Amino acid sequence: MILSIASGKGGTGKTTVSAALTSIWPRKRLAMDLDVEAPNLHLFLGPEISGRRKSMIEVPRIDLEKCTYCGQCAELCQFKAISVMGEVILTFPEMCHGCGGCFDICPAGAVLADERELGEIAWGKGDGFDFMMGRLRIGEAMSPPLMRDVKALGDEMIASDPADVIIDSPPGVSCPAVNAVMDSDVIFLVTEPTPFGVYDLKLAHQSFKPIGKPMGVVVNRAGLGDESLYDYCREQNLPILSEIPYRRDIAEAYSSGRLISDLSEDLRKQFIDLARQAIKMAGETAAPEVPHHA
Amino acid sequence: MHEILIISGKGGTGKTSITAAFAHIAGNHVICDLDVDAPDLHLLLKPEHSRVHEFISGNEAAINPDTCENCLDCVDRCRFDAIDENGRAPKVNPLKCEGCRVCVTFCPAGAIDYPEKNCGQWYLSESRFGPMVHAQLRPGEENSGKLVTLLRQKAKEKATELGLDRVLADGPPGIGCPVISALGGNDLAVIVTEPTPSGSHDLERVIGLCRHFRTPAGVIINKFDLNLDQTRRIELWCSENDLPVFARLPHDEAFTRAMVIGQVITEYQSDGLTKTIQQAWKNIINHLE
Repeated sequence: MILSIASGKGGTGKTTVSAALTSIWPRKRLAMDLDVEAPNLHLFLGPEISGRRKSMIEVPRIDLEKCTYCGQCAELCQFKAISVMGEVILTFPEMCHGCGGCFDICPAGAVLADERELGEIAWGKGDGFDFMMGRLRIGEAMSPPLMRDVKALGDEMIASDPADVIIDSPPGVSCPAVNAVMDSDVIFLVTEPTPFGVYDLKLAHQSFKPIGKPMGVVVNRAGLGDESLYDYCREQNLPILSEIPYRRDIAEAYSSGRLISDLSEDLRKQFIDLARQAIKMAGETAAPEVPHHA
Repeated sequence: MHEILIISGKGGTGKTSITAAFAHIAGNHVICDLDVDAPDLHLLLKPEHSRVHEFISGNEAAINPDTCENCLDCVDRCRFDAIDENGRAPKVNPLKCEGCRVCVTFCPAGAIDYPEKNCGQWYLSESRFGPMVHAQLRPGEENSGKLVTLLRQKAKEKATELGLDRVLADGPPGIGCPVISALGGNDLAVIVTEPTPSGSHDLERVIGLCRHFRTPAGVIINKFDLNLDQTRRIELWCSENDLPVFARLPHDEAFTRAMVIGQVITEYQSDGLTKTIQQAWKNIINHLE
């Protein structure tokens, strides 16, 4: 199964929940950090990185010997990555989305394949889990193609060695967030019971509804804020799966990079229960044994 | 006129609460919410009398099943895996379609329409603390970068029209498309960070982005008392990198208590935090001048 940990608002605890779930997950799992703009899961899980590769996107380069300046490529391109003015042709590779239309449409065979670096993919292993992450190159605007590349590599990995996938998603509700959660079996929305948290939860809930997969809410910093989150979840029949209390010791543990499932037996049990609920929501049954506390 | 942008890399460090407080104490500005996919500033600033504009941007492919010959050329060509085989005629998945027009152009039956997309709305409003330019991207939509660029342009036009000194903008999280559109050309980027592994890691990335786009930057450390060692490490890193630290703010529930009753922290409290935030704003203005 694939479980995505998402949220509308940033900083509600996606990474905290992803790391804790990875640590206690009762089956074989791959933890995948798809928050490629601000990837932080490795800071809490501490995996040993065993491999890296660059992620590239195919962009056009023009063979000036062959180009007839007909302008069909520039006309097709919706992203202003090619411009033709008289007998001058310019490419703006950083604008290119990699649709490949210019290669197909050029009647002179003058569009050659070049590459732009989107970022890096790194993978490895931690204590009982496999790990994979994308890291967007600083200055690169487009995170979705890098996320697709990370997912494709993850798919290959689990095709040869099946495992559950736990995805730490980016915040927000636009294309990067939707890209991250799109192929999941279950979506967790992590929020906090504050006006900002609730407003953004509603947006995330609306965004992810068309995906048609079971969703549940994990309330972080429960006890802070007000009741409107609970009212919304009740109205929408959105189940509240778990509530992590608002406590200073939890915030401090996070600030020193600790897993909150290691803080107390109660918190650990809470995450074991949350993992069971995820597996159940995916229509599967958990293996009975649970790994021992490290 | 100065453009000041508040960003953070990591989400949830307190960008919006701090921007709202600056909006309250500063004046003489147009306020702008550039976090167009999850905007929250309006929850505190309560804009009214909005002029509403539709944000039409880009197009999306739509296959007409009556004229489609099911040759599947579009499925083969689509590099975004956005077209699925579907019995008699393939179907476009709007969540994946990037609107590149490749399938539309090459369809031998001319069976693919290409309607414009309404990606959301943007607003020109009067807020409690001055004119405000903000937006709401439709959930799941793209083109957030273009919307950010549009909002910045409208905010600058409004400031010029009213003879105001500044545009004060709350930015999106991350370092990707919308942040890049929000960042270039600002007079100052104020990075709100926190003393956690994620906060420092993302601070370094966002500072990297500021350098890349040659935007001057300074730092506010929020929730500094959660981890004093980490706070000192951030301060040391800032001084090694010639970055001013405008303020250290404590981890304080008062931000949330204020938010729950729809106030900004500087309205809710008159001492303590408010004094620190007033000093931070002075430091920012001095740094600009």
